[in-house]
Amino acid sequence: MLQLKHVSKNFGGLPALSEVTFGVPKGQLTALIGPNGAGKSTLINCITGVLQPSSGNIRFQEREIAALPAHQISRQGISRTFQNLKVFSRLTVLENILTGLTCEGGDSMIMAMLRLPHLRHRERQLKLRAMEALDRFGLTDKANWPAGILAYGDKKRVELARATVSRPQLILLDEPVAGLNAEETATVGEQLRLLRSSGHTMLLVEHDMALVMDIADQVVVLDSGKCIATGTPGEVRQNPLVLEAYLGRMDATA
Amino acid sequence: MTDFLQYLFSGLTSGAIYALIALGFCVVNNTMGIVNFVQVDFVSLGGMIMFSALFAMGLPMLPGLLLAISGVAIVAMVVERFGLRPARSDNHLVLIFLTVGLSIILRGLIKLIWGKNRMALPPLTPDVPIKIFGASILPQALWIIFLTIVAITLLTWFFYRTPLGLSMRAVASNPTAAAVVGIPAGRIRLTSYAIAGALGGLAGVLVTPITTLNYDVGVLLGLKGFAAAILGGFGSFPGAILGGVGLGLLESLSAGYLSSAYKDVVAFVVLLLVLFVRPKGLLGK
Repeated sequence: MLQLKHVSKNFGGLPALSEVTFGVPKGQLTALIGPNGAGKSTLINCITGVLQPSSGNIRFQEREIAALPAHQISRQGISRTFQNLKVFSRLTVLENILTGLTCEGGDSMIMAMLRLPHLRHRERQLKLRAMEALDRFGLTDKANWPAGILAYGDKKRVELARATVSRPQLILLDEPVAGLNAEETATVGEQLRLLRSSGHTMLLVEHDMALVMDIADQVVVLDSGKCIATGTPGEVRQNPLVLEAYLGRMDATA
Repeated sequence: MTDFLQYLFSGLTSGAIYALIALGFCVVNNTMGIVNFVQVDFVSLGGMIMFSALFAMGLPMLPGLLLAISGVAIVAMVVERFGLRPARSDNHLVLIFLTVGLSIILRGLIKLIWGKNRMALPPLTPDVPIKIFGASILPQALWIIFLTIVAITLLTWFFYRTPLGLSMRAVASNPTAAAVVGIPAGRIRLTSYAIAGALGGLAGVLVTPITTLNYDVGVLLGLKGFAAAILGGFGSFPGAILGGVGLGLLESLSAGYLSSAYKDVVAFVVLLLVLFVRPKGLLGK
């Protein structure tokens, strides 16, 4: 569904990603792992258009998206969450979720201003869907709170709800359980499993190996900007290159 | 008491104008993070288009008013689309200096089209002062206060009840996240300029019958509107209204009770004092 070919990104001559090539198959959960600074977030930023890759191709459903601006990539059906939360802190929780649906209001945004009857009906529908999403993530009673005052875990859930409410084709999750306690992690894991069983394709960046090994169909390992291994969780766990990246080189001289 | 009422009304009147201009500054600041100096010329342009609508096209007041507001909104959109966007820059300093340049260009064009002479714009309804508790108030002042309230109501409705308004608040809150949920930054910027233009144009149509109309009438008014926006907290809508009315009242009360020569001094000294105590303005975040 998503195909990356030789994607590179340099920051002022410093390579953050070099020649990264892998694919995200439809309907599966692909996990992207690697030590800190491996380039995982940079890669997600390149896919979603927050950054432009220096070179390489990113194809989504047979369409080249590497050069598109972020909002157009979003309109192709790719949504994401951020590692360092980016909720709209001045908007209410419900409004946050509704922004995830503005894309669907699509070109009728100007028309919507005229409040035509069928659009008003549509607006109600959108609100209903947003409320359903809040319900799924247990945020219903906080719907009218400004998102900025929520606790960290709740903000993460707002982002997840916002990213999934439009039923996007591909969801990119940048460390959705970082900073959460065991119980919250289990809840998010459950939600991810639910999303996958309902046919969503996901790319998950995560440091929580227990979660990754548990729910990923495919694992891609990134180290120093290079893709060093791809395979099932079992295969990757045995891969000497991966062990080296995580544990350091087991040198004979050491 | 009569004096006080008189000063109160004149303060509210100029305060409403400052508030409209300040709101225009805030709308653009919230979506683009910049000070849009073209705002001051939107005010002059509003008066000029109204003048032409009334005297060259022979339109009645209300259609003239609507034409002036929408005309300035369209010019504002052209300014954004062809003046700022081709720069393809997100560097605030670059964009702010572009607005300074565009402001000079627009002022030049206004001078070229309407000339340098002072003109008189008639008030919306005939100038027969109304007596309220001994204070005499021009109908135009009531129009200014009334239409400013209407504009603020419409603006509130737009931002809190329409999808486009929601998108604009989302961009103001977090531009990156807004792009990632699919909100097109370009259209939002264009809309914010249209709104800023409409607000500036309305201010121009309303105020020039009281002042006079010439090609740079907006400059001083715009400066006051800018000060009002800073007083209230740059970017905050309630702050812009509070700052505008506050600045208007300060001016008229100090002109009335001290000396009209000192009205700007008093107003700006208070502005400075407020900013010493609260650098982010009265309602700034």
